[in-house]
Amino acid sequence: MSIKLENVSYQYRDSKRRPALSHVTLEIKKGEFIGIAGHTGSGKSTLIQHFNGLIRPTGGTVLFDGENIHEQGYSLKELRGKVGLSFQYPEHQLFEVTVFEDVCFGPKNLGLPQDEIQKRAKQALELVGMDEKYYEKSPFELSGGQKRRVAIAGILAMEPEYFILDEPTAGLDPVGRDRILQLLKRLHEEKGITIILVTHSMEEIADYVDRILVMEQGRLRFDDTPSEVFQHKDELEQMGLSVPFYSSLIDELRQNGYFSEDSEVSAITLQEAKQAILENWKRDQQS
Amino acid sequence: MKMVQIKDLVYRYFRRDDDDNIIETIEAIAGVNMDVEKGQFIAILGHNGSGKSSLAKHINGLLQPAEGAVYVKGMNTSSEEEIWRIRQSAGIVLQNPDNQIIGNIVEEDVAFGPENIGIPTQDIWTRVAESLEAVGMEAFRLSSPNRLSGGQKQRVAIAGILAMEPECIILDEPTAMLDPKGREDVIKTVHRLNKEKGITIILITHKMDEVVDADKLFVMDHGKVVMSGTPREVFSDVEKMKEHRLEVPHAAELAYELREEGIPLPEMIMTKKELVKALCQLS
Repeated sequence: MSIKLENVSYQYRDSKRRPALSHVTLEIKKGEFIGIAGHTGSGKSTLIQHFNGLIRPTGGTVLFDGENIHEQGYSLKELRGKVGLSFQYPEHQLFEVTVFEDVCFGPKNLGLPQDEIQKRAKQALELVGMDEKYYEKSPFELSGGQKRRVAIAGILAMEPEYFILDEPTAGLDPVGRDRILQLLKRLHEEKGITIILVTHSMEEIADYVDRILVMEQGRLRFDDTPSEVFQHKDELEQMGLSVPFYSSLIDELRQNGYFSEDSEVSAITLQEAKQAILENWKRDQQS
Repeated sequence: MKMVQIKDLVYRYFRRDDDDNIIETIEAIAGVNMDVEKGQFIAILGHNGSGKSSLAKHINGLLQPAEGAVYVKGMNTSSEEEIWRIRQSAGIVLQNPDNQIIGNIVEEDVAFGPENIGIPTQDIWTRVAESLEAVGMEAFRLSSPNRLSGGQKQRVAIAGILAMEPECIILDEPTAMLDPKGREDVIKTVHRLNKEKGITIILITHKMDEVVDADKLFVMDHGKVVMSGTPREVFSDVEKMKEHRLEVPHAAELAYELREEGIPLPEMIMTKKELVKALCQLS
């Protein structure tokens, strides 16, 4: 069970520039929580639109559960029910009169019976933490964070197996951001939904994902666990990406002799950095 | 001299039903006092819905107070005669670059403001050239704005304001929709305008790393100013910032947690460099 790209390239029509994607090979297995990072223009948005067949590659193949999705007779409509995609600022696409109707739109399009549509919409709204009192409100009366959660519910109501989100936290304040990330974590852990998160902030995803794909100029530069990827501090910085604050702090502490040169201390999160520094301090106190 | 003076400002908006009856009154600003000196770089922080954007829109008269008053260089924003002079002195840059650019080519867009206030043609072109240079966008003078990145568009929007030769620029979450490189370019540009041209800056944001160099911070919540002071003063109170749904810079937060565990770190650590130095001095 996976989404698999084999040697995928994509060239935008009438563009004389380099291809938007060049020879990308990767596999996303069901149940993973993946981050895709890259600078603006690195190809990450083009990449994710291949995952549910919105873009047809100009070279290579895209396989879903082993089947070529661009083979004749393959139902892309069905695929898009399984692979949900939330674009940047998804709340700009809310359009129905009420919150509830907006969330019903997706499952309605899948041709489900009325009671199933309503059941799914209710479940999805419950998942994103939108109370029943909001059902009959206009989406435009909600706050930015709420609108975004309603837009996400609209995709969840299709019950996707894979959920791709392009910059889901852009423009939200810290509380709104943490709420969305916690929600994705819950969807992953409790519902087993595969989450694919596009971002340009490594910081933000470091706590959550098991694996990071880094795109640069249409190529897949890194495909590894966060701690492995963050070892490449200089290369990431050259790509306009920054490693998480705590990783580079530990790095600088080592360079300044706070940790010994050969110590294998590393950290991605606040808690890990705190632990590492505390242990070092306690050792110093004893000696 | 005071660039901006805000006195007992209250602003409300109303929700109405289909028959236009008021069903709810929301106090977006609930009694704010604030002074900004000429040449200062100040930042207003607050989570979404805290009232910070409403406050920004009062400074150049886009919104009118329900109670209290706002003065720009001593001019009352409620005065119809003064409003154009106020908007010339205090320009505003908004969050979404795409909503602010109107010209087909960059220079046309930047020229729009001065043209509107009747500046002679020759002077307009001088101003356009100078403004684009100040934001580092002179190479794009003849480009189409559609082809620019978000950060570049935002700098063109700033150039458009600069061409009006304002004494104060208000920026309402100018980097919220930008990538890290775009953010950095915009924030650097704003700092340069403050230092080199002495333009008063009022930056509204919830990104803490953008404000560590500000002269003064104001934290808003529920329509009120709940904290104010230098960045060091404000960020040393990690718990209070969290109460107001804000974060502090990473270094300040880690230093705070380490202090709680008994490591004698000095207060007022804000940057990575300061934290590294303080830790190395301990060992």
